[in-house]
Amino acid sequence: MTPHCRYVLRLADTSLILAQRLGEWVGHAPALEEDLGLANVSLDLLGQARMLLTYAGELEGLGRGEDDLAYLREESQFLNATLVEQPNGDFGQTIVRQFLVDAWQLELYERLQESKDLRLAEIAAKAVKEIRYHLRYSAGWLIRLGDGTEESHERTQAALERLWPFTGELFTADDVDREVTDAGIGPAPESLRPAWSARVGAVLSEARLALPQAAPFNWHGKQGRHSEHLGYVLAEMQSLHRAHPGATW
Amino acid sequence: MAAANALIEAVPSPAVLARLRELLAAVPDPEIPILSVLDLGVVRHLRERADGSIEVGVAPTYSGCPATPVIKADIIQALERDGFRAVAVDVLSPPWTSDWLSDEGRSKLAAFGIAPPAETVTSARHLLRPDLAIACPRCASTTTQKLSEFGSTPCKALYRCESCLEPFDYFKCI
Repeated sequence: MTPHCRYVLRLADTSLILAQRLGEWVGHAPALEEDLGLANVSLDLLGQARMLLTYAGELEGLGRGEDDLAYLREESQFLNATLVEQPNGDFGQTIVRQFLVDAWQLELYERLQESKDLRLAEIAAKAVKEIRYHLRYSAGWLIRLGDGTEESHERTQAALERLWPFTGELFTADDVDREVTDAGIGPAPESLRPAWSARVGAVLSEARLALPQAAPFNWHGKQGRHSEHLGYVLAEMQSLHRAHPGATW
Repeated sequence: MAAANALIEAVPSPAVLARLRELLAAVPDPEIPILSVLDLGVVRHLRERADGSIEVGVAPTYSGCPATPVIKADIIQALERDGFRAVAVDVLSPPWTSDWLSDEGRSKLAAFGIAPPAETVTSARHLLRPDLAIACPRCASTTTQKLSEFGSTPCKALYRCESCLEPFDYFKCI
């Protein structure tokens, strides 16, 4: 698999696994409006993942389609950022995870619109409009929860401390990133950090939440080395397809 | 050469175009059936392929909108019922925007009780600005409150009118 293909697969898997996590909320959110909100964000991410998975399959050139890639790969073959596979926790933790990802995806996809890979640029131009909406939603809730009651503030701060160590991976380049950046296909991950930090800092400050300390350890989900949580996500996501191979609606 | 020839496309004759537009104007959006696919602005091109079939370019509104495959199937069915051979293809670029809603579509939305998009997509960052006041489609009051960024379909948000107390959908500006 070329670095180009691996890079597209990383983008696809990050959207796919986050969509699956958000889907777990359907029927369980604190209010109907939030049930709809989380499901809508999930649906956008799933649509983006499908376009990216289809494209990754074409780049790979082995005849694998979106379903093969989503349902028939093993845990170590998934290349999503470790942050998105983290459990939903309470509504606050889901919102913190969503906000951190939305703010990163906004910078990333804005830059991807200028990719030399025109197909990727087209998908990014479509996705970035949706991501902007997701960020409005998650930032709005983060402010309400952080600047809400004593309990909502404490819980949101705790979620932020818990999830923060997973953000380092988003801005740390490896060989795949460097090759893709040199080819003009994707931005250097570290180049996204200043704008991300500025936006995250501004919202956290409005939410009266404290910026956590930088974590010394980096996760490597994008290289297929995951936290203990991804296996459970895949077991549920893939069970129907594996029990009934080739089944269609 | 046969394969290459199949790619040569032409603009259909004015009479054919007029008929196609008539047919498409009668194909409803599956989720907001008061809008036709033309009102919604998702039909991006009509071409005649070398083999005589009509190619309809369809822009998805949202990446994951489940209505997109239904819209394509409905378009093909409507054209084939009239004797055309039809193919629907995705058009991803430029991405669909609510600016492409027709004027007629906007009036139809308002009459149906869905507030049409309040502004045009002028700058890429416009969604990060504070909200504009959205007028209630029933009583026209601008004292309204957003209940949720997301409504019953990906393209709508949920509002409530503080004057007449009716909840209503707002067609998002994207």
